Amino acid sequence: MAIKRPKSHTFAIGLLGWAIACWVFFPIAWMALTSFKTEVDAIATPPQFIFRPSLASYHEVFARANYWHFTLNTVAISLGATIVALALSVPAAYAMAFIPSQRTRGTLLWMLSTRMLPPVGVLVPIYLLARNTHLLDTLTGLGIVDMLTNLPIIVWMLFTFFREVPAPILEAGRMDGASRWQEMTLVLLPLALPGIASTALLSIILCWNESFWSLNLTSSQAAPLAAFIASFSSPEGLFFGKLSAASTLAVAPILVFGWFSQKQLVRGLTFGAVK
Amino acid sequence: MPAFVSDANKSRFRLFTLATLAASTALGSAAARADTTLTVATVNNGDMIIMQQLTPEFEKTHPGIHIRWVTLEENVLRQRVTTDIATSAGQFDVMTIGNYEVPIWAKQKWLTQITPDAAYDVSDILPPVREGISVDQKIYALPFYAESVMTYYRTDLFKKAGITMASQPTYDEIRQYADKITDKSNQIYGLCLRGKPGWGENMAYLTSLVNTFGGQWFGQGWKATVDTAPWKAAVNWYVSGLKEDGPPGATSNGFNENLALFASGHCGMWIDSTVAGGLLFDPKQSKVASEVGFAPSPKGPYGKGPTWLWSWNLAIPASSKHQAEAQAFVTWATSKEYVQLVAQQKGWVAVPAGTRASTYANPAYQKAAPFASFVMNAINTADPNGQTANPRPYTGAQFVGIPQFQAIGTQVGQIVAAALSGQTTVDQALKSAQSSVTRTARQTHLGG
Amino acid sequence: MTTAARTGRVDRAGLAMLSPAVVILLIWSIVPLVMTLWYSFRNYNLVDPTLHGFAGIDNYRYLLTDPDFITSLINTLVLVAGVLFVSVGIGTLLAVLYDQEFFGRGIARVLVISPFFVMPTVAALVWKNLMLHPIYGVYSSMMRAVGLTPVDWLQQFPMATVMMIVAWEWLPFSVLILLTAVQSLDSEQKEAARMDGAGPVARFRYIIVPHLARAITVVIMIETIYLLTIFAEISVTTAGGPGVASTNLAFLIYARALLQFDVGGASAGGMAAIVIANIVAVFLVRAVARNLEV
Repeated sequence: MAIKRPKSHTFAIGLLGWAIACWVFFPIAWMALTSFKTEVDAIATPPQFIFRPSLASYHEVFARANYWHFTLNTVAISLGATIVALALSVPAAYAMAFIPSQRTRGTLLWMLSTRMLPPVGVLVPIYLLARNTHLLDTLTGLGIVDMLTNLPIIVWMLFTFFREVPAPILEAGRMDGASRWQEMTLVLLPLALPGIASTALLSIILCWNESFWSLNLTSSQAAPLAAFIASFSSPEGLFFGKLSAASTLAVAPILVFGWFSQKQLVRGLTFGAVK
Repeated sequence: MPAFVSDANKSRFRLFTLATLAASTALGSAAARADTTLTVATVNNGDMIIMQQLTPEFEKTHPGIHIRWVTLEENVLRQRVTTDIATSAGQFDVMTIGNYEVPIWAKQKWLTQITPDAAYDVSDILPPVREGISVDQKIYALPFYAESVMTYYRTDLFKKAGITMASQPTYDEIRQYADKITDKSNQIYGLCLRGKPGWGENMAYLTSLVNTFGGQWFGQGWKATVDTAPWKAAVNWYVSGLKEDGPPGATSNGFNENLALFASGHCGMWIDSTVAGGLLFDPKQSKVASEVGFAPSPKGPYGKGPTWLWSWNLAIPASSKHQAEAQAFVTWATSKEYVQLVAQQKGWVAVPAGTRASTYANPAYQKAAPFASFVMNAINTADPNGQTANPRPYTGAQFVGIPQFQAIGTQVGQIVAAALSGQTTVDQALKSAQSSVTRTARQTHLGG
Repeated sequence: MTTAARTGRVDRAGLAMLSPAVVILLIWSIVPLVMTLWYSFRNYNLVDPTLHGFAGIDNYRYLLTDPDFITSLINTLVLVAGVLFVSVGIGTLLAVLYDQEFFGRGIARVLVISPFFVMPTVAALVWKNLMLHPIYGVYSSMMRAVGLTPVDWLQQFPMATVMMIVAWEWLPFSVLILLTAVQSLDSEQKEAARMDGAGPVARFRYIIVPHLARAITVVIMIETIYLLTIFAEISVTTAGGPGVASTNLAFLIYARALLQFDVGGASAGGMAAIVIANIVAVFLVRAVARNLEV
């Protein structure tokens, strides 16, 4: 910065920034804190900030449900759906960005509009289709559905990234006799990699947090963390501690993942749509 | 299945399944085992959690059968199993369902008839519970636990206020007690009742309340009677009682929330399921374990009519491919031996209640659960098939035993919650409830 | 557009690249759509198979004459518009704030965007039970501590509370996107404006906001898609009530389909949702997509 601000000014901004950050983060912190309380402490009034930490809730959660099974399922579904979605949308976005036609705009908006329907409206048809194709309660089945729900957004994001790549660079490649396919894989992909990475990160996060199809298309073998949460929400008796422990366990992996990939997410976004 | 899903569609769907399969090889299904694995869907209630913990005992005595649990909260469970059974998807081998569902589903031929052997002793099951799971003398599910309704109160608060609970309270008396013990500045609320909308939540309580006030859902010829005087009296009692003496946020409180409120010392009285007794008397789960008193469910102006009978049962869908093994599990989990097993491992107060006369005859249980005879009496007099003040065309105590009740109960439940939150008056609410019930009845051709 | 010269030429390679995604999406949207359309003209109740056959327009008649339907439409629009307003408005201010240099800025940023990573069900459960519960909630006890009567949020202001929870989840997303955009604004540009004597308000109004137009479009686009189908937060906190005070179209369809098991009625609702989705899509084309130079 060329001009130094007065110290007090910086301090006030810092204070405001931290106050808002703490307020926004507080529910998550409180959830994590509550997960280390006994059930009786968890509903004490007034709420306790200082208490004797206990792992009782975690013990119970782990005794009742195979957390790792749910987590591995979630990881497999999120990664699988993201990879397949990228494999489908990279060529599509390439075609839209570099071989546009009058229909491009319409196609893109149609794709996005498929995403605006409440999933529950088509639950019974999808359920019947999944039953008839033996995809109920399989990772493949839920993976396909998650992939399809995210596909429009992925295509659109990639499109905005690709469009930022100057066409002459690609054309220069073609002069050298590169095919469209080579042009895409050898020239475009390395250039657009940060954008693709951002898109993949976003897709993983969205898959991880999808709950409607997760609950309805799986039962045991392929059940992801959304189903894990459903077995701890509002049972009989006191449950705030167990609920918090289960919630913390379900959120922690993706939260930590998000923290670490945040920089990459931002770097990629700078490259494309948001520039 | 509808004829609509043609083979062409199926193969097209398969095609793109294959396309995506390549990239998701890690997503394969588990290797098939020679042994049988049963998928059991159940509710995340305490008794079922114990059953889940005791799975190894079952697997020990039944080599070759493994159990995989799908434990979900009640609403999610209900939508999952209903979707599954109605489309005969066959994802579950055993389902936990209520006595509302059993007869309706049995009539659709969705459930397998169960024929327990002599050692199971069907005659030991309390008669109203047994009737609830039978259609034409055939049994279609086995009861895991059953409940009726009673009044819980705090003996210390009553003593402090200088009042005593009547041995058979009336609703007028309950209201007077509640006024006396409510102390909002200390977050003591005299009266806790279900306010969370839903046919199994606020409408279960209200249906039972309306019965004893002399009302009912339908009169002869399936004419809706939701805007009649007994409904008005009952709902007015309910709304004004909860407004004056109830906890804040009553429209979010279902059974579980009220249980937590009572157990943490915020409720003076609570009228709800008998199953709460075992939890409120357990010092590990309840701060007020030594101050819990109990009384029968209060009586309204009419004073008779069905009260409350709910049972959670284990049923086998006709679409299950492991019928024999499922039957072995279902009989095991509802047997006398299972009760003994829970008593041994978790103590008598934790055994599943309300189903077997032999449990109530056991002195060890009577000692551990001081409310035992109360509960048995409440269940035996619940009278789900009995008559209301005026003749009614349906059966059921705190519900209406027709498929449409889930729709009707859900809608009216929301309307009553709106009245409770003060959005509408009771009169307006019952008027719109009446038109909503009439609408649904007409839409579903109720009564022909 | 630099590639405009290529337009109009039939490009087989392009078609081959585009078609897998388009064909799969077409199947994914058309097959269930046709089935939904079919069911919407039939009596189809999951728990009562005795009731079947052709229903004519009955399902639509019951849907359109249902007073709850209008309420749910209004609630859907209020939810989308309200949350968009909050996340774009406050999001822009926060983006500018977190663009400033201050101690521990990196950590503060991470904390602010964290809610975006939290599952909707978990977010709703935490807010309902741990934060806003009128007896155990942290906020209620804070209010009691200063001598106020705790507000019973979900009962008295159901829609506003649901919007608050949803905004808490989506505000971080818009901060993330808008912050990225603010950062890409050349700091020399900002300094030049400052040298010219532009005050902070003028800088914000004439330099930052115009620069953000495209990022704001992205936020509106993606958030609209998700906000139109919000359902987990409503089902966990208020179950659409009290009454229908917080029922949006997605929850109305959910209640028809999975609380009342009326597939026919739910399908009619689904068709209504499709119409609305297309109206919104057209609206987005007009108002938003132009900004994206699609």
